[in-house]
Amino acid sequence: MSESPSQPAQRRTALDALHRTLGATMTDFAGWDMPLRYASEREEHQAVRTRAGLFDLSHMGEITVTGPQAGEVLDYALVGHLSALAVGRARYTMICAADGGIVDDLIVYRLGDQEFMVVANASNAQVVLDAVTGRAARFDAAVRDDRDAYALLAVQGPESPGILKSLTDADLDGLKYYAGLPGTVAGVPALIARTGYTGEDGFELFVAPADAERLWQALTGAGADKGLVPCGLSCRDTLRLEAGMPLYGHELTTALTPFDAGLGRVVKFDKPGDFVGREALTAAAEKAAATPPRKLVGLVAQGRRVPRAGYPVTDASGAVVGEVTSGAPSPTLGVPIAMAYVDAALAAPGSAGVAVDIRGAQEPHEVVALPFYKRER
Amino acid sequence: MSINPEQLRYSKEHEWLSAPEAGVATVGITSHAADALGDVVFVQLPEVGATVSAGETCGELESTKSVSDLYSPVSGEVTEVNQDVVDDPSLVNSAPFEGGWLFKVRESAEGADLLTAAEYDAFIAG
Repeated sequence: MSESPSQPAQRRTALDALHRTLGATMTDFAGWDMPLRYASEREEHQAVRTRAGLFDLSHMGEITVTGPQAGEVLDYALVGHLSALAVGRARYTMICAADGGIVDDLIVYRLGDQEFMVVANASNAQVVLDAVTGRAARFDAAVRDDRDAYALLAVQGPESPGILKSLTDADLDGLKYYAGLPGTVAGVPALIARTGYTGEDGFELFVAPADAERLWQALTGAGADKGLVPCGLSCRDTLRLEAGMPLYGHELTTALTPFDAGLGRVVKFDKPGDFVGREALTAAAEKAAATPPRKLVGLVAQGRRVPRAGYPVTDASGAVVGEVTSGAPSPTLGVPIAMAYVDAALAAPGSAGVAVDIRGAQEPHEVVALPFYKRER
Repeated sequence: MSINPEQLRYSKEHEWLSAPEAGVATVGITSHAADALGDVVFVQLPEVGATVSAGETCGELESTKSVSDLYSPVSGEVTEVNQDVVDDPSLVNSAPFEGGWLFKVRESAEGADLLTAAEYDAFIAG
């Protein structure tokens, strides 16, 4: 077998050899060869819900913005008000095109007065890097591609604070959700962030790739008697789906504005200065208020067949009233669930007659509010 | 060193077919297929009494990531379906060649291009 010259070689994380030793089933994800699951993805999912799971997320794309106008760059380039972010805090935000379309959803960490780290989805990292670099041109700030500077490990689940505490002196109790601080974990310098994509408490640890395996082994050891298991991208997807979190390419695309996605709150019109997309997003906000677009809702299957991305949503007459964007059997609920964009008239929880066309058969579904799952605090 | 039992025959759609006993053969999916699917959460099997045709779809398997059609490796009448696997689809993952069998068929004709275990080994190593 020879590789096609137009097909770039798959990228491998610093933990690649370890994943193979652990017997992971690997999958291509945005050009990266990533663990899909190690054993049963449903057991990995339950481990994160009830105990703890360890993920390699090194495919995520880090971009660092530094300089006296670093905050202004991000205020202009993104839709959020990042210059107002306190040092040590993180924010969920988006980058939009001039027409208001979503280029990517992002988490931005303020690491210092003049230093921010933008974390983009692997599939969009280059596009985001290019856009931020271009949009930074007239500012006194530097944009740095740090994709190869970090490995990213996530420890997620109710046991994750205890596991991490045993390996660090950092003040985890003082570390709020969506905050990050530099520290040392198992002797490894790390940016410790209390963020995640699972609907559970948890941490994301940005470290040098050379330190990744040492950190993974230390976390595995510290978590052994707390039921921590290695987890792949398959359970990450069902965890985020249950938690009602959007995934770029599914719930979020360049064809949608943040208002279309029900996430208009991330657009901060009252921030200082102009920003890319302001005009289009102003119009999109007005349009969304006047004529509600299709709404992102939850669907719970009444049968056992699984609604998948791209399947049509229909009303009682069989007319298409929406489309599934993500769907999977929910390990927590025990039934198939989905997120879908549905006409506003049928988007209310309990709307009658809503079905998903599953390969030609109208399968009844209940419309529910998102999320499907919310942890107890 | 094959994990694919010697006495079975295999389709390129990753079903296995037992040697018929009194004209009735058993159908399942291979462990290779089960591993590729991941956790199977729902199986839809043909009805008892239905006629299945070799190489044609006769059901589906839902897993976390995808849905897959089930192809019959044999033509004939379905005499029995495995209610245990309907109730607990994880048997497809845990025991694909044993407790995870799917249905039984009174054979009228087998698929034309079924593989031996050795041939199937080579096919999946492909």
